[in-house]
Amino acid sequence: MKIINLILLAIKALQRNKLRALLTMLGIIIGVASVITMMSIGEGSKQSINNSLSSMGSNMITIMPQSNEPGGARIMGSSFKTLTIKDVEALQKNAPHIAMISPLASSSGQSINAAANWPTTIQGVSPEYLEIRKLSVQDGIIFSEQDVKSSAKVCLLGKTVVDNLFPNGESPLGKVIRFGKIPLQVIGVLTAKGTSNFGQDQDDIIIAPYTTIQKRVLSSIYFNQIYASATKEDDSDEAVDEATVALKATHKIREGEENDFQIRTQAELMTMLNSTSSMMTALLTAVASISLVIGGIGIMNIMYVSVTERTREIGLRMSIGARGIDILLQFLIEAVMISVTGGVIGVVLGISAAIIIPSMLNWPTVISESSIVISFLVCAVTGIFFGYYPALKASGLDPIEALRYE
Amino acid sequence: MSNKILEIKEVKREFIMGTETVRALKGISFDVNAGEFVTIMGSSGSGKTTLLNMLGCLDKPTEGTYMLDNVNVKELSKDELAKLRNTKIGFVFQAYNLLPRTTALENVELPLLYNPLISSQERRERAIAALQAVKLDGRFDHTPNQLSGGQQQRVAIARALVNEPVMILADEATGNLDTRTSYEIMALMQDLNANGKTIVFVTHEPDIAGFSTRTVMLRDGKVQKDTENTNRRSAKEALASLPETDDY
Repeated sequence: MKIINLILLAIKALQRNKLRALLTMLGIIIGVASVITMMSIGEGSKQSINNSLSSMGSNMITIMPQSNEPGGARIMGSSFKTLTIKDVEALQKNAPHIAMISPLASSSGQSINAAANWPTTIQGVSPEYLEIRKLSVQDGIIFSEQDVKSSAKVCLLGKTVVDNLFPNGESPLGKVIRFGKIPLQVIGVLTAKGTSNFGQDQDDIIIAPYTTIQKRVLSSIYFNQIYASATKEDDSDEAVDEATVALKATHKIREGEENDFQIRTQAELMTMLNSTSSMMTALLTAVASISLVIGGIGIMNIMYVSVTERTREIGLRMSIGARGIDILLQFLIEAVMISVTGGVIGVVLGISAAIIIPSMLNWPTVISESSIVISFLVCAVTGIFFGYYPALKASGLDPIEALRYE
Repeated sequence: MSNKILEIKEVKREFIMGTETVRALKGISFDVNAGEFVTIMGSSGSGKTTLLNMLGCLDKPTEGTYMLDNVNVKELSKDELAKLRNTKIGFVFQAYNLLPRTTALENVELPLLYNPLISSQERRERAIAALQAVKLDGRFDHTPNQLSGGQQQRVAIARALVNEPVMILADEATGNLDTRTSYEIMALMQDLNANGKTIVFVTHEPDIAGFSTRTVMLRDGKVQKDTENTNRRSAKEALASLPETDDY
């Protein structure tokens, strides 16, 4: 029998038992819809994490000091003083996969403009810092290398600081504010970045040359951190290796000794955060796919009933010339039809759910084509797998006995 | 070219039931020529059903040869047998075996669906022609439960005809019908036979056998009698001679 006729036959057979077909499909519909919904929620949260991380610079590398004293009490990394300008110079010279580099010396304190004041953090960095952290200047300019060399008293303000120090809306450019006792001239305002994924206000900062902070605020030669960026995102690992070698040399750390610094890449952070959300997604998807399997068993059950019910029909079809394969295909296509129709309805429901959820629950969702393709293939395979045995049973019937079946 | 449609030589069929061997057919030989109307008779247990299954290519002989239209059935695979059933045999069953909730036309089209050489348009045309041949004009869209027993059997006969088989094989085709309807069906069979169709009709009613040209009598798995019908009755006349039934 031609395939087109078999398909028409299956459609007719299902139309004859509409309610039964629909109930059989229900398991598949629920399974596919929930798989797609779960995957889109998972994909949505993953993408929102990725977006906020890559907005910080996806090829960013962070170097932090760390205790290497064995046995002693472990203290917060940033309170160690191991990173100096020598390290920065060594990295510039010996790490070809590092494109940009900026030390960071930060201090917390009160910023003051006339009567207004605001507690904030000042970050002493090099001009490259803005590019590494994907910060941009909305108004004004970035300080220059010359400013760094001369420890110039200049700064750039984040939006939160501007709002609090200049509540009347006047332009801060050219004004002189004070951070603690140090007067700093505002030469630029940073573009607002909003709240980070971790709930931090990324605009609550003042940026100044690191030399200014080291000499005038901290009176220290040490840095809290060193930020760098790899030439490409894929080069992160090489850059980390080179940086490790270079820093080991400047810190005179021998083979086998613990490093007094640690290097983190943005990729690592991303993997860490993603693995949590991936695990949740996988878990939810697994639960959802159980209903797909149950739906498949439902199909198998109904197909067995259908084969038994239609034993005489099978016998008749065989006696007038249907081959075993014709009967097998007839029932198999019917089963696949149930599961694929259920799959289509499930995909539609799943997509609708993924569209509605963000507005109702405020969860980000991203519908990935792959989740649709996968769940659709899975339900087609489910139909074939669970439809095969009943169909095989039907095709193996003896026409003589099937004809006489009561 | 011989005009033998069926050639059965020393056919035996044995079934193994547990440890016992049941010999249903114990060496049967007969031929059927084109254009014959043969009835096969016998009481139950005579091997009638086994022979019918064999003739219908649903079963193969244990021993002996069965030639259908010069094809040796014994050498064919399952799929080839299916094809043979599809193209050379038209089945008519006692219980009609029409597909429920399917129109008469679609029921008649069914055998052609399993013949990939026939287009859907030709299928429709041939099915209509077959239904017209059994005088069921205007009932094309009726489903079996909207048809009487006689009409259902006519649809079944149309289905058997539609493939233009070399032989129509009827299994107690009048068994479920009253006398009048039986005669109507037999009249139809005689018409078909007159138009050149070979018919093999299995029955246990001697009355029905009288309408055929030849009777093969089975007993205990052997041919007991094989006689030409000298005084063949006309089903139309028999129908006319039936007393008028009062419809109440």
